[in-house]
Amino acid sequence: MENLLTVDRLTKAFEIHHLGHIIPAFATLSFSVAPGEFLLLSGPNGVGKSTLLRTLYRTYRPVSGHVWYTLPRGQGRIDLARAADIDIALLRRREIGFVTQFLTARPRVSAEDVVAEPLLQAGTPLQEAREEARHWLETFGVKRDLWAAYPMTFSGGEQQKVNLARALIRPQRLVLLDEPTASLDAQARGALVARLADLKAGGVAMIGVFHHPGDVETLVDREIRLQPMEMANVA
Amino acid sequence: MITAQMFDAPRLVTQQPLMELSGVSKRYGSVEALRDVSARVYPGEVLGIVGESGSGKSTLLRMMNLEETPDIGDCSLNLPETKGNLFALSRYAARMLRAKKIGIVYQNPHLGLLMHNSSSGNVAERLLIAGERRFYVLREKARDALNASEFPLSRMDAPPIELSGGMQQRVQIAKAIALEPAVLLLDEPTTGLDVSVQALVLDTLKRLQRDRGITMVIVSHDLGVIRTMADRVMVMRRGKVVEEGLVDQVFQDPQHAYTQQLVHAKL
Repeated sequence: MENLLTVDRLTKAFEIHHLGHIIPAFATLSFSVAPGEFLLLSGPNGVGKSTLLRTLYRTYRPVSGHVWYTLPRGQGRIDLARAADIDIALLRRREIGFVTQFLTARPRVSAEDVVAEPLLQAGTPLQEAREEARHWLETFGVKRDLWAAYPMTFSGGEQQKVNLARALIRPQRLVLLDEPTASLDAQARGALVARLADLKAGGVAMIGVFHHPGDVETLVDREIRLQPMEMANVA
Repeated sequence: MITAQMFDAPRLVTQQPLMELSGVSKRYGSVEALRDVSARVYPGEVLGIVGESGSGKSTLLRMMNLEETPDIGDCSLNLPETKGNLFALSRYAARMLRAKKIGIVYQNPHLGLLMHNSSSGNVAERLLIAGERRFYVLREKARDALNASEFPLSRMDAPPIELSGGMQQRVQIAKAIALEPAVLLLDEPTTGLDVSVQALVLDTLKRLQRDRGITMVIVSHDLGVIRTMADRVMVMRRGKVVEEGLVDQVFQDPQHAYTQQLVHAKL
């Protein structure tokens, strides 16, 4: 099967002007991911795992290298490292998801509307989107009487459940996961693994960083171990 | 059950920008307000413009609203009825185009509204300029626009002078969207509102953008507002664009020394 993502000699460094120097993150990384494949990124703290995810998502601008992403329906491929910002913005709305351990929500928006937002953005009618949102809030174990409340007031664990429900409500083709199981209770962790397994079975490719890789060991197909400023060893 | 097949594949843009300004410079006496600024606004996106006071961001927005003409530079709007450099239009033609295709919300409602006319009349005025004369249509469309802006219809005949700041901004939004503009320009739309009202007005704007696909350009010195609203952002300083990119990119991986200072100065 054709790869969904082909990363070619990707390099990232940060130029910090007020320090007057450049901090390297990783260099000449190459790997690929097929549809439905689950790739685990591992390595010691500070080795650049999250930085790599953010560079693939284009939150960070790579210094050099390519990230070839295969578009659906024979539209060819696009280099995420160089694509126009507006194209990246569109791909993020429809194709590429990013799941962090932190919820960022607009203030004074209810939990169910926060979760429904990606569906509404894609044109799903309000009632249907809200119903789907409630289904996922329930699945991740958010208490029913919190659904209409503002999530910015929730505990860290509850916020993370809302965050996961929103991030995974809409199937995308590539999902980047940055320690999504941190601060989750066992029920929510189980629900997350079940949802990821469903998505994987549906052909969604995933690249993830996990504090406790044991949580997702049944899903992992391959592991990439990052090492400080060296080329990764692909297991 | 929601599945991936229910959604269209994205149509990637290498598509035409909806609005494009190129090589725009403007000098007021000895002050260079804009220096060779180019900007592209793509259909359906929210473009944020940030920068300190005097950086030229509001001047740039007024150019997009065809209120001001630059000393040099072009502006085009990719619509069937417009062609060529819009800065070359007569004042009258620019006014008509603005009335029909461009909506604006100012920080100061006094600039955008007649404070002693009724709120519905303020919205209807926009429709009148565009040629609508039937009273019942004016009234109905004004009501629809106010409703979409989440303005309480029981107050639609109250003049803005009697309304709170948040409500005045909603009247401005209703006026700006009454004719379904191609682009909605927002100049510090929530500056001066208290934080809870600010959140509600931003939510209204976000909903309009999502449900109607309205293209927006939002100017603010409040980085939080830009972060919640925008897809892409341009950072301006002393009349020049120093950096532009996706909003998370500019906030988390700023490249320019000035942007790094700006972002790191945020509380």
